[in-house]
Amino acid sequence: MKNDSDKILQEVTGSDYKYGFYTDIEMDQAPPGLTEDTIRFISAKKNEPEFMLEFRLKAFRHWQTLKEPEWAHVEYPPINYQDLIYYSAPRKRPKYDSLEEVDPELLETFEKLGIPLDEQKSLAGVAVDAVMDSVSVGSTFKKTLGEHGVIFCSFSEALQKHPELIKKHMGSVVPYTDNFFAALNSAVFSDGSFAYIPKGVRCPLELSTYFRINAANTGQFERTLIVAEEGSYVSYMEGCTAPIRDEHQLHAAIVEIIAHKDAEVKYSTVQNWWPGDKEGKGGVYNFVTKRGICEGEHSKISWTQVETGSAVTWKYPSLILRGDNSTGEFYSVAVTNNKQQADTGTKMIHLGKNTRSTIISKGISAGRSNNSYRGLVKTSKKAENARNFSQCDSLLLGDQCGAHTFPYLDVGNRSSIVEHEATTSKISEDQLFYCLQRGIDMEGAIGLIVNGYAKEVLSKLPMEFAVEAQKLLSISLEGSVG
Amino acid sequence: METTYSSLNKDRLIELFHREQKSMTELATPLVNRIRQHALSRFEKNGFPSKQLENWRFTDLTPLLNTEFFFDFSNKSRSMDVEKIFTCDVYDLDTFSITLLNGWFVYKSAPLTKLDNGTIIGSLAKAMEVYPELVDQYFGKAAKTDVYELAALNTAFVQDGLFIYVPDGVTLEKPVQLINIVNADHPVFLQPRHLIIVGKGSKITLVHCDHSLTHNVSFTNILTEIFAEDNAVVDHYKIQNKGRNSALITNTFIRQKKSSSVYSNMITLNGGFTKNILDVSLPEPNCRSEHFGLYLVDSNQHVDNQVYIDHIAPDNYSNQLFKGILDDEARAVFSGKVMVRRHAQHTVAHQNNKNILLTDDAKANTQPHLEIYADDVKCSHGATVGQLDPEAMFYLRSRGLCERTARQLMMIAFAGEVVQKISIQALQERIQHLVEKRLKGELSICDQCMLHCNSKEPTAFNIDMSKI
Repeated sequence: MKNDSDKILQEVTGSDYKYGFYTDIEMDQAPPGLTEDTIRFISAKKNEPEFMLEFRLKAFRHWQTLKEPEWAHVEYPPINYQDLIYYSAPRKRPKYDSLEEVDPELLETFEKLGIPLDEQKSLAGVAVDAVMDSVSVGSTFKKTLGEHGVIFCSFSEALQKHPELIKKHMGSVVPYTDNFFAALNSAVFSDGSFAYIPKGVRCPLELSTYFRINAANTGQFERTLIVAEEGSYVSYMEGCTAPIRDEHQLHAAIVEIIAHKDAEVKYSTVQNWWPGDKEGKGGVYNFVTKRGICEGEHSKISWTQVETGSAVTWKYPSLILRGDNSTGEFYSVAVTNNKQQADTGTKMIHLGKNTRSTIISKGISAGRSNNSYRGLVKTSKKAENARNFSQCDSLLLGDQCGAHTFPYLDVGNRSSIVEHEATTSKISEDQLFYCLQRGIDMEGAIGLIVNGYAKEVLSKLPMEFAVEAQKLLSISLEGSVG
Repeated sequence: METTYSSLNKDRLIELFHREQKSMTELATPLVNRIRQHALSRFEKNGFPSKQLENWRFTDLTPLLNTEFFFDFSNKSRSMDVEKIFTCDVYDLDTFSITLLNGWFVYKSAPLTKLDNGTIIGSLAKAMEVYPELVDQYFGKAAKTDVYELAALNTAFVQDGLFIYVPDGVTLEKPVQLINIVNADHPVFLQPRHLIIVGKGSKITLVHCDHSLTHNVSFTNILTEIFAEDNAVVDHYKIQNKGRNSALITNTFIRQKKSSSVYSNMITLNGGFTKNILDVSLPEPNCRSEHFGLYLVDSNQHVDNQVYIDHIAPDNYSNQLFKGILDDEARAVFSGKVMVRRHAQHTVAHQNNKNILLTDDAKANTQPHLEIYADDVKCSHGATVGQLDPEAMFYLRSRGLCERTARQLMMIAFAGEVVQKISIQALQERIQHLVEKRLKGELSICDQCMLHCNSKEPTAFNIDMSKI
């Protein structure tokens, strides 16, 4: 194990953001700007059913009445929403039957990303849906999944093939009226992933989606919808990268998860958008709305997130625990370095009886970054015996960064127990001394301690993500020593 | 001249200000009047805090302002026998006591007393007349009228209140007790203003009691500024025991100079609506700042504690512990914020809020926030909302205690953690007694606390059997 971590550390020392390449693929773009025409263009381009266009237009009209939220502990220059390109798809977008038909340059991109898209990666046992600049370019393992009745495809494909499922569930957890960015996404989203696990099925594979922003000046607006029917189980992973660019890119996604009776959904994400350079130039604005609902009794949803990228993050994966005895979990590691800003956390809304939730959040700030935890735990009057435990620790590396904790506890009945604990400190001198004394250099020692600090969360990630996450932690903190 | 309004809002108060300006400004120094004008412009801009604001999300002032309030700007500072209307109930408490009646200073002999050791205690209005340079040096220097809407409102209408000046190197052996009484036969809107200056190496204990003698509606918006100079020690107790129809807002601003210590203790036993705002600035090193709070509320009472501790300089220590027991449909809000600025290295800051809910209709909202910009710090916060520990309950039951006694014992122990921080023995015992009575349901809202109204005879309490 020790050798492994040494190797990882060696591998990452001296390397910067390694996903910063740009692929020259012909793009099919909408003209910049946002009007009803843009939305009609997107909808027409994607050959969407009528109800979808109506939904988009309603969302757009609502969005026009909203103001961009300012309450988060982040600062960024105002975004001109009329300058962005809202649709950008790789041209010659065919309906692929096998990988041979795929544009080789595209495949190369995925090769560089190291995603197990092609057949040789079948050993990894992962079904991948890759979304590049808003359009899904290929899913693998359709057959295996099909045999179990699992639907896993791009959102547009689902709209063509299963419009009734989309119509029923889309917007039921995150309505377009939810917030500014959710409304924007609902109006202009171009693609995303859709997963449907039928009753009683334990999904045989881990589902995985990779998102990548490629073209300049585009906004990425994807939408993920996961529906787990009674008694089903699924583990879903999401990863994301973006090329290095001077200007900022906007990413405003929506993730909706619905877990019915006895269902379990495990959602893991490693967010690694381009964070901008050391001076805070460029980088992705990551304004995401993620919410799950434990609809049925004994259902369970867990969020695990490793946040290392993005210039500005605004993200609160939340859970509504409506079913009695349902469980919600939130595990998060958020790392900020240089001039990154992150305002992230969760909301646990207890509505059902005997609902339980756990929140473990580990924030690490270095450089001149700001890292905030913002979380709400709410128990309604009817949520008898609700139980929550939250622990939010912050680690400060360097005296120019900030670590903030903003918990909100709203308790509305006498039988629930809600606890929140948090500490903020710097790396322990004793631990550092111990490592140095054993011949580990400063950077190695910090990497080791930080990995140990975040272990509680990393251990919740699926195996292959865990390795990547460990590497990411080290890369993100590089140069923060001394 | 008396003025009545059917309901109160920003515009009406501003109109009132311009009409009554003369009677307010003639008592104050020119500097205080300049600060007043600035505060008025702030209030004109911001108005009353709305529920849209982060710190007022759960606390709504609008229904409280929908009353016919009486305003009286004529100088009511006067000599009268306070003991006739009020007797302190803490028998052994030997204090230098001062009384404010409906916001005006009332005294036995003189409005402003200068003790042999140089300490000045008395009416703020009088102090502005006799020691204008002393008042000007401190007045308004701690109160952040730009940030707090109600502090701006208080500053705009400042007239009278308590003034204490303790010169350097003086230890006041006797605690100073400030009794704030509201006794009016019609709804009143009061804004007393206190200025407390504690010189280098001096020591003072301040006991601040808020009472109402009648059950009329009242709205009190108090502002207290406390300045602790180098090495000063300030012990500040606030005991709030108001009527169900009273709204009490306290704005306390504390500014600590190097190596000073300030301890505060807010005990809310009864009150219709209470909001305590505490703002502490630590611009110099080696200070201690400890703040405790206890609230025992029932029926539809509302208590909101808002604490902001600003660690500006390095090497400071701060601690907050707020505990509450909520019964019936009571609501408690705690919003604490610890700010550790970039240069405040070696800060140690703790923040804790614990609540027990006794019914399903009670509600607790707690927001313990930390904002930290320095790395070599130790900061922690915690918050819990829950019920009595079933294991402890089982232990007591297994020892043969009935459920009621076991519950009371545990609640008394829960509150004890805060009560034991009170360093004045007599007061601690008395508060302990009151807390016990309160938790046993013997101290109902009607028989207000320590006041045995005009008689020295102990009051016969109506025991609310439903609570037992």
